[in-house]
Formats: sequence, structure tokens, C-alpha cells
Amino acid sequence: MKGYRKYFFGKLLWFSVTLVFAFLLNFILPRLMPGDPVRAIVSRLAQGMTNATGVQAIYQQYTELFGTNRPMLEQFFLYARNVFHGDFGFSFSQYPRTVASVIKASIGWTIMLQFPAIIVGWLIGNALGALAAYLRKGFDKVLMPISIFVSNFPAFGMAVIMLVVFGAGFKWFPTSGGYGFDLIPSFTWSFMWSVIVHYQLPFWSIVLTAIGGQAIGMRSMSIYELNADYVKFSRFMGIKDRKIVGYVFRNAMLPQITGLALSLGTMVGGALVAEIIFSYPGLGYTLLNSVMGQDYPLISAATLIITLMVLAATFLIEILYGFIDPRIKAAQAD
Amino acid sequence: MQHTIRQVFRSGKFLFGFTIFAALLLITIVYPLIIRHPPLEIIAQGTFFPPGIYVNVYDSIGSPRYTLNLDDAAAKRIASKLSDADRSAIKEWLVAGGIPEKEIDITDTERLLDLWANEYDPTKAFPGMTLAKQRYYQRLDTSLKGILSTEGVAIVRRNVGASASEEVGSVAQTDYANVSQVPNVRVLPLGTDNFGRDVLTELVKATSVSLQIGLVAGTVATLIGLTLGLLAGYIGGLMDDIIMFFTNLFTVIPTPVLLILISFSIGQEHRGAFTIAVVIGLTYWVWTARAVRAQVLSLRNRDHINLSKLSGHSTVHIILYDILPYIASYVVMALILQVSLGILTEASLSILGLGPRTTEVPTLGLMMNWAMIYQAHILGKWWAYFPVIVTIALITFSMNLMNTGLDHVFNPTLRD
Repeated sequence: MKGYRKYFFGKLLWFSVTLVFAFLLNFILPRLMPGDPVRAIVSRLAQGMTNATGVQAIYQQYTELFGTNRPMLEQFFLYARNVFHGDFGFSFSQYPRTVASVIKASIGWTIMLQFPAIIVGWLIGNALGALAAYLRKGFDKVLMPISIFVSNFPAFGMAVIMLVVFGAGFKWFPTSGGYGFDLIPSFTWSFMWSVIVHYQLPFWSIVLTAIGGQAIGMRSMSIYELNADYVKFSRFMGIKDRKIVGYVFRNAMLPQITGLALSLGTMVGGALVAEIIFSYPGLGYTLLNSVMGQDYPLISAATLIITLMVLAATFLIEILYGFIDPRIKAAQAD
Repeated sequence: MQHTIRQVFRSGKFLFGFTIFAALLLITIVYPLIIRHPPLEIIAQGTFFPPGIYVNVYDSIGSPRYTLNLDDAAAKRIASKLSDADRSAIKEWLVAGGIPEKEIDITDTERLLDLWANEYDPTKAFPGMTLAKQRYYQRLDTSLKGILSTEGVAIVRRNVGASASEEVGSVAQTDYANVSQVPNVRVLPLGTDNFGRDVLTELVKATSVSLQIGLVAGTVATLIGLTLGLLAGYIGGLMDDIIMFFTNLFTVIPTPVLLILISFSIGQEHRGAFTIAVVIGLTYWVWTARAVRAQVLSLRNRDHINLSKLSGHSTVHIILYDILPYIASYVVMALILQVSLGILTEASLSILGLGPRTTEVPTLGLMMNWAMIYQAHILGKWWAYFPVIVTIALITFSMNLMNTGLDHVFNPTLRD
């Protein structure tokens, strides 16, 4: 267990360093943007006002509110302290709302949508890839070209085509939103049903795009393992085929788990775009709106939350991986 | 070298991918030479004109007339004018008028119109029928009579000075114009987009721009990755630690987030196609750097490198002549993948509204973005978005096939 603890703390330290760095980038990059966002909202609010001193007063008040008139370093410490307290300031584009409330309203949708979809896609993809490697012949011949084509299909393309075919064409599922526009969120059957129906298209479009790449990876890993010496040796020993296959796929799974940890960021990016296509009320859609509204506190917070989620998920996967792969404990022990 | 290339082209997968890619590339080069319309010219007044051949109505009146007696001309004319809603309405009236429902087939235009002509009585009103509905049937009847008449149509010229109009000619129902004799005909194979631009011409230009973006992004990413990988792998020590620190950092921080932040920070005015390409390149070098470093590490202690060192060659010489040739095949494969990744990334960024600014050149992502903003997918205007998706998929598919083919040639263990 000692080796594992070392592994765990090493990873923890590394992820904290990454987090600090990501936080720094998150603060600095949006603030490099040319133009004054405060002036932009003030001019929007002050439309039709002819009183110059009035406009100036509003501008002053907003600058004070968002703290954009202070030096960068002070802004940073202010920001860091506030973020630590869960306070991201006010949203520029949806002004009286705070960024925290905007994020809070959308984060649940994203977590509910993306993580199940990515995991289901990963599982199905791996199962198909393993089957293709084991069965070869016809199954492989059909599955591989399809997987290659699907995995090269842009995530938004898949989303659009599913929307057109099943949403606009057959009208089986609604084309946009997280629930019916005539409903108020509540724990009633009609609302739940509406949520489930709206969930289907975004979910399956993310699953489908995830399947292809995973299937290809798992297939080549399994083929590699199936040709390994220990498999041949086991065959000579007369061990049952089913048992050997069990070993082979367990070994082939390990790189796939690391692969999932490493490609999580990209997958989440694709899923955010899918959210946008379906106008799903998650972080992706919020991000689109904040880009449209030049809303940097919201962009900064949304990207920070996404980074946090991805980092946490990656950390979790790596910790689990340490449990599953005995080689890690062995490597850390000496 | 020659032998390698011959071997590469013998791989079926590579050849297939290469053919698709070369065909796309050829189209982007040849098409602008033949069709010289500017790609961003706004020609249509209105949004999303469907694909087809657009013939100038004014010119076709003046062009030579030919009389063709075609049997099915009248039926086709009526069928195209009578919408499904009208057909159902006619059926409804006939059923109310006492015709058994079984006898009416709304797809059989001829019989339906026969029945209508015999049965319809404009003064008749059924119980429950509103006045508006009655008026609708009267209008329908008049318009049907107009379509059914075999008379021609008079062409009248408006005299600006005099209040009267003078008749200058007439068009009979059997008159035809030859499309090749009409001076103004525009073929729009993929219709027009939301701005009224020719989608096909725009698509070809966009493909070429997107390929350039992919190439720039891929080259930048590969160059940075290669340099860092070589430095980390060959020089090692502190250099390796520092480079690996940043590589690991950027592996874990999700790249899409980084891209969103950077392209937002650049600002709308400064976001050209080239800038976006460089930004994409700057964020995607991590994988190449990792892989190159791993390969260099395994090469570093080989005998021929040691020999080269003993011969007193400089580090640069060793890297150029003793290491690069060994990893060249890998770098080429990485470059191909990076190019296709760059194209995909530009498209995703554009959908978020963070793509290149819109005024100068079209890109595949921008075309997609506008189609989405104008809801082409919900309105059923497939020509505005479907060809774009297919083009992107074809590009990435062909590049990945080429990559897989190369992999099979250079890594014999993968061959099955």
C-alpha cells in the first residue's frame, strides 16, 4: 500500500500544479482582449440617454462594480479570493444575474449529459473493438471502415445530421432545448418525460462520435496482445480459450483507460459543440452566449469550470488506474 | 527514397485516401479557373434559394419560340400548382358534397379535377362551413380554372408616358424556349446560402482556405513538437525536465478550453484565417513532442549515434543526419494527422463564433456557422450545411486513411 500512497500523492501534487497554472491562464488570457467590455455594456444600457454626465456616472459605477479600473495584480488577487468563495462577479451580458448563478443553472445539464455519454461511448466502442479483434472476418471487415469513417466525422456534423434526420425529419425527438418550452422545472411526470425526450439526441450524438475512435484503438491493442508470446505459450499449455481471451482483453483495456484520461479534454470540447447544435442548456450553450455577448467574467468562469471538471475526471481515472494496474504499485515500490 | 515511395503507393488504404485527397485538391485548383465568379459575391436577393438552373424569365420571353406538343405537359403543370393542402381541401369538399370517400384518390390529379369540375357549386354551403372557408373554395376554383384553360397569356408593355398599356405579344401553353438560346442562365448546383451567395463556388473557396489553415496549423504544431521533442530527447537533463513539465501541463489542460480563451482574447478584429491557423498550431504540438521525445530517447544510445559522436560531429549534424531520418516517417504521419485536426478545430471554433472574421474569405467552419445561425438545418435547407459536413468528413477521412496506410508500411508489426 505504501507504493500506492506515493503514486497517489505524486499525482495529487502534479494535478494541483496544473490547476494553479490553468487558473493563471484563465485569468490572464481573457483580460488581454482589446476593447473595454464595461464601455460596451454601458453603451447598450445607456441607449437613448442624451445626458453625458449620466452615462459617465453609470460607467463609473460599473467599473467600480467589476473592478476593471484597478491594477492587474490587484484584480488577480481579488479574483482569486472571490473565486475561492464561489463568487465570480456579475455577468456582463445578462447583467443583474451573477456569473455563479448562470453557471449553476447550466452545469448540472452538462454533467448529466456529457459524462454518461462519454462513458457509454467508451464502453460500447471498446466492446466493439474487442469483438472485431477476436472475431475478425466479416464483422471486422464491416465494422472497421464504419468506425474509421465515424471517428473522422466531425462531432458537430454528427449532431446536425441526427438533428435533421430524427428531429426535423421523423419528428421523433425535439430539436432544441433541455425540456419543453411550455414547462417549468419541477418533479412532475410530464417534466421528467420532457427532459428524457430532449436528452436522447444530444446523448446519442456524443456516444456515436466517441465509439469510432475507441473501437479502432481497442482493436489494434487487442490484436497486438493476441499475438503476444504469453498467448501462444498459454495455448501450448492447453489453457482454455475463454480464459486466455479474458487475460488478453484485461491487458488491452489498460492503455484504453489511460487513453480515455488523455482524450477527455478533446471529447468534452466536442460535446460542448454538440450542446450548442441542440441548444442544450448546458455549459457549451452558455459559452456560446457569453462569446456572443463579449462577456469575459462568464467566459473565464465557464472555461475554469470545464477545466476543473476535466482535471478532476482525469485525476479520478488515473487514481483508479493505479488500483487496476499492478505494475504501477510495483514500479513505485522500489 | 524511391523504393519507399513505391512501397507506400502499393498500400491500398493509402492509395484510396490519397485519391480522395488529390481529387479534392484538384477541384479546388481547377474549379476557380473555369468558373470565375467571385466566391463571396452576393447574387440572390433572399435566403436559401434551392439548387437548380436559374433561367431569366425576361430573356426567355424574347428568345426564339418553339412549339412542342407534349401530352403530359398540362398534367404536369396542374400537378405542380396543386399543393397537398389544396388536394385535401378538395377531398373534404367532395366528401361533404356526398361523394364516397373511397372513390377519391388525392394523388390522381386528373380524376380529382374531373370530379371537382363536375361537382363544385360555388353557391353551395354546407352546415358548419365558415364564410372564410367558402371564399377559399371559390378562390381555389377560379385559380384552377385559370390553370385548366388552354388560352395563352398576353405580354403587355407598360407605357410610361401614356396611361394605356400596349400588348406586344403572347405566350401559348405549347411554347418552349431553348435554354442554350437564353442569354442569362445561372446554374446553382447547390443553391444559395443565407446571404444569397452561390454555395458551390463558396464551398470550393472555403475548402481551399480550410486546407491552407490545416496546413499552416499542422506545420506549426509539427515544427514546435519536433523541435521540443528533439531537444528534450537528445539533450536531456534540465532541458528535458523543463520541456516535459510544460508538455505534461498542456496535455492535461483541455485544449478546446485553451483555444477558446486564446481566440477570444485575440479579439474579433484581429482574427484572420492565418492567425487562427497559427493559434491552433500553437496549442496542438503536445502529442508530437511526446512521441518524438520517446523515439529520440530510444535512438540516443544506438551504436551509429555513438560512432557519430566519436567522429566529432556537432550536435546539429547528429540530429540532422543520424536522428531525423529515423523519425522522418513518424513526423510525416503526425503532420498528416495534425492537418486534419487543424481543419476540424477551425470548424468547431467557428461554430462557437470564435472563427476567423467573416468579411474576407469563407472557411468550412464559417459556412457551417452561418447555416446554423440561420437555422438551415431546421428549415430543411440541406444544401447550405450538408455539402460542408461531407467535405470536412471527406478531408479528414482521406487523411486518416493515408495515415493508416503509411503506418502499415513503416510499422511491419501492424500488418495483419
